[in-house]
Amino acid sequence: MRLASDPRVTAGITALAAVALLIGGAFTGLLFEGAHDLSGAWAALDPYLLRVVRFTLWQAALSTLLSVGPALLVARALSRHPRFFGRGFILQLFALPLALPAIVAALGILALYGRAGYFSGLLSAVGGQGWPGIYGLSGILVAHVFFNLPLSSRLFLEALQTIPADQWRLASQLGMGPRPAFRLIEWPMLRAALPGIAGLVFMLCITSFTIVLTLGGGPAATTLEVGIYQALRFDFDPARAVALTLLQVALTCLVMLCLTRLGANTTGDANLPVAPRRYLSVGAGETILNIVLIALALLFVAGPMAATLAAGLGADLGRLAGEATVRQATLTSAGLAFVSALLSVLLSLSLTIARRALALNRRAGPRSLLEHAADTGAGLVLVVPPIVIGAGWFLLLRHAGDVFAIAPIMVVTVNAVMAMPFAIRAIRPAYDAASERHERLCALLGIAGWARFRLVDWPSLRRPLATGFAFAMALSLGDLGVIALFGSDSVQTLPYLLLARMGSYRTEDAAGLALLLGLVCLALVLAADWLGRGEKA
Amino acid sequence: MRTLLYSLVSAMVLAAAVPAFAKDKLTVYTYESFTADWGPGPVVKKEFEAECGCDVEFVSVADGVALLNRVKLEGGSTKADIVLGLDTNLTAEAKATGLFSPHGAVADAKVPGGWSDDTFVPFDYGYFAVVYDTEKLKTPPKSLKELVEGSADEKIVIQDPRTSTPGLGLLLWVKSVYGDKAPEAWAKLKAKVLTVTPGWSEAYGLFTKGEAPMVLSYTTSPAYHMVAENTQRYQAASFEEGEYLQIEVAGITTSGAKNPLAEKFMAFMTGPKFQDAIPETNWMFPAGKTDKPLNPAFDKLVKPTKTLLFSADEVAANRKAWVDEWLSVMSK
Amino acid sequence: MPIGVTNGAASGAEVRLDKVSFSYGEAPLFFDVDFAASKITAIMGPSGSGKSTLLNLVAGFEAPQAGRVLIGGVDVGAALPSARPVSMVFQENNLFAHLSVEQNVGLGRSPSLRLTGDDRADISEAIARTGLAGKEKRLPRELSGGERQRVALARVLVRDRPVLLLDEPFASLGPALRDDMLDLVAGVHGERGMTVLFVTHQPQDARRIGQNVVFLDKGAVAAAGTADDFFAGAGPEAFRRYIGAGAGDPVSRDIARKRT
Repeated sequence: MRLASDPRVTAGITALAAVALLIGGAFTGLLFEGAHDLSGAWAALDPYLLRVVRFTLWQAALSTLLSVGPALLVARALSRHPRFFGRGFILQLFALPLALPAIVAALGILALYGRAGYFSGLLSAVGGQGWPGIYGLSGILVAHVFFNLPLSSRLFLEALQTIPADQWRLASQLGMGPRPAFRLIEWPMLRAALPGIAGLVFMLCITSFTIVLTLGGGPAATTLEVGIYQALRFDFDPARAVALTLLQVALTCLVMLCLTRLGANTTGDANLPVAPRRYLSVGAGETILNIVLIALALLFVAGPMAATLAAGLGADLGRLAGEATVRQATLTSAGLAFVSALLSVLLSLSLTIARRALALNRRAGPRSLLEHAADTGAGLVLVVPPIVIGAGWFLLLRHAGDVFAIAPIMVVTVNAVMAMPFAIRAIRPAYDAASERHERLCALLGIAGWARFRLVDWPSLRRPLATGFAFAMALSLGDLGVIALFGSDSVQTLPYLLLARMGSYRTEDAAGLALLLGLVCLALVLAADWLGRGEKA
Repeated sequence: MRTLLYSLVSAMVLAAAVPAFAKDKLTVYTYESFTADWGPGPVVKKEFEAECGCDVEFVSVADGVALLNRVKLEGGSTKADIVLGLDTNLTAEAKATGLFSPHGAVADAKVPGGWSDDTFVPFDYGYFAVVYDTEKLKTPPKSLKELVEGSADEKIVIQDPRTSTPGLGLLLWVKSVYGDKAPEAWAKLKAKVLTVTPGWSEAYGLFTKGEAPMVLSYTTSPAYHMVAENTQRYQAASFEEGEYLQIEVAGITTSGAKNPLAEKFMAFMTGPKFQDAIPETNWMFPAGKTDKPLNPAFDKLVKPTKTLLFSADEVAANRKAWVDEWLSVMSK
Repeated sequence: MPIGVTNGAASGAEVRLDKVSFSYGEAPLFFDVDFAASKITAIMGPSGSGKSTLLNLVAGFEAPQAGRVLIGGVDVGAALPSARPVSMVFQENNLFAHLSVEQNVGLGRSPSLRLTGDDRADISEAIARTGLAGKEKRLPRELSGGERQRVALARVLVRDRPVLLLDEPFASLGPALRDDMLDLVAGVHGERGMTVLFVTHQPQDARRIGQNVVFLDKGAVAAAGTADDFFAGAGPEAFRRYIGAGAGDPVSRDIARKRT
């Protein structure tokens, strides 16, 4: 098949070029500025850095393990029970942590497990002495799992849902118990999704900043990201920022490489799904186990959110809602998140279809660089801190006029690109499965381009696209990255306002805004879900 | 949906639009809490506009550090006439950019220890202090030494000097008291440190949530709780060795030097109309003449027995070495 | 405009594989064979002998490493599958699960489902011809396996290309149903006269509608001839072994050969 001229590949190349331009432009800007003084870059490579690298990797690896492991089980439990009261709500709730600014989540977690938290009395009684709180590695891990367990559960669930219904029918016909079913049917699918999801979580944890510092208990718990932030914000040393960013990217590449070895290729749903979706009969014992699993995950995720909610209800919500700045920030946030998510999903879809087209094209041969780039490469943008991108572009464009006029565009683009790895995880399994089923037929009938998307891909992508959209939106909603460094009057988002209130003793207002942020996110997630619900696909 | 799009588009357009009024205009870059509804900004704008018959435009960024970064980024093409909100730890670096112009008239600034600087003029000041929760801590430390050597059960939340101004303040405070013995002091204090947050907000948030009975903040923090929340619960500890000073300053940019309004504003800034607004909006001490008496709450605040301050040049020369020293002790 | 397409073609086109070599993994394949125009040729052979690959080469899903594929005398090597004068029915996945019978058939006329009134009439006619009248609005999952393949055949009628490739489309159907489907193919062939290349494992299928037989073995054409000759025992030894002892026995030829 002559796929080289496939418009799908072109779409992917365009998306890749856009991402490369974004990152490359930023690095150019920084290096242009920092080139005259590279001493900072060399000075960054000291023994302390080695300790930082070690801790960064260690905490990220542990966080990934603790998020992804349980998420496998939770996702499986959720997929075994495709219909129960509140399931949809749990899934929507699982998209929320991403939208919470790190400090809000940290305070929510501390409201439960902190020294003055709800559980501190209980924990003190158990421990026999004053509860020391969860500061240190444990606190970092709890917070990272809070963010990433729900995320990975949803993504794994997305992968599990691409298991052909016929396989399930076959399994129950063969009398496969839950254990062989897991080993023979679910695990291969999960394993295929594992490197991508684990890589995503790892990248989120490796770049963690506020959580690590706030809950880490001291500068022994420091990530590279702190150094990058410090280099840009306090020392204004672009060369060092670039050096540390490149180190971070290199380390991530290494880990991703190891992770791909864990994976396996998936074939997806190769056949027409003829069986109805209801086929599973789950035994009583397993049901109980699954209920416990889901309940535990729910409690773990909902707890800090409930604490955030409770704190938010204590605020003067009426007054807050009446403030023009708050209303403006809400609209700005929602608008920016919406546009970012749209762009993000578009870029992700382009990469997904290009990767698939390239994979089909090569058959059994080794993967081309382009395919690698379209696959995991784009995900690496996550470990390039938004402030690096922002600073780089501002430096690059500063002579071209009022760079702060482009701040909103910057926010939208950076957030869109940052959210791509999430969106890709959500979209890819479904697209690959659909392609597996329809590729030859489309080629035979000449269904291509827009007609193909409308008639063939859209029906099967609708739901995962909505999931990707929801995640992208949540992520951009909670993001502060690009703004934080320089600030801009024109882009006052809810998180920005929230931190501003916190910084002026107005903790109650901040709690109220956190609640508002959560509600806006929930509303957007519900809307995305609603949009994604096809007629009866 | 339409309003959503509208607001988005208008946000983007607003950012690009430069109002083309014929009226004389003064552009002031400052930090966000200065221009907030409850900050000094609205009052200052109103009063100065009435006085000069001009337009004042505030452009705000997150904080003092972001302020300096923004000016650095914009360089000579900055729209700012005045940059308001740097502190003395940043002035040496700010001067080195060459983007600031010496002021003509020496304003009569009133800050502890006096003021002489040809470029920057103070508009308020405050002292770093250990703020404690009276409900959790009955006997607060009476000195930095007591804090350092006290029981490890009484925790304090501090900020990271690499990422936060108060964090750097504490570092300088300890350095000015302990000198070369600072590493030993930090080694002892380390056991009492619950956690080191990236910024003031996170630390104060943990403190008010009850996670720790002490936090590094300002002597004026209790005034906010007394005036705005009517509670005496949070108080600052008075230390025998004295408190470290933070002075907030403003300067005229090289491009602002061509705008006659800039000089006028600097004079206005140290005058009563500006200064009266400071205490209860910015929660700092006024650095110039006031007409109104201070709110009685301010009288109840800790009055430092001694003011500690390194010069801007000393800080600029030693900051990296001192932060590294702190880091090597604290990250063990 | 797809090359070589003659709308309303009353006859088929000759399919020729001219010294085509291809390898997928280790086993090399080599085909040098003609398929007569407007005939039904059964392609038989053991598993792995390259039957499906041969069809994929004709359809354009695989590209030859050397040699040419000619349809109606025209080298189609450069054409995309959809541009070749070919329709194909697979064993599975002939339908889009989320589209109705009508839409699935309609895709044979317009890949973007932009249909004129005439198109719709043709589609209704094709659906009726394949015995699916009244099921236009159904989704594939509401159809039986045989019905699903009928939808695929209806689409073949609507597409109306001079060559039809059948890759074991009825292998999973029961004997009676399979015969029905074969008769439908034979009927359609009688009306349209397209060239049919028909991969099957079942000798009785080949006997039922096959006019010619091409027997593949180890990635090459081992023998070719008329179905009558093959089943009269004139086929090669390997073919006789393949269909099993006694298959060449004249007695077993009594199975009715219906032609419409």
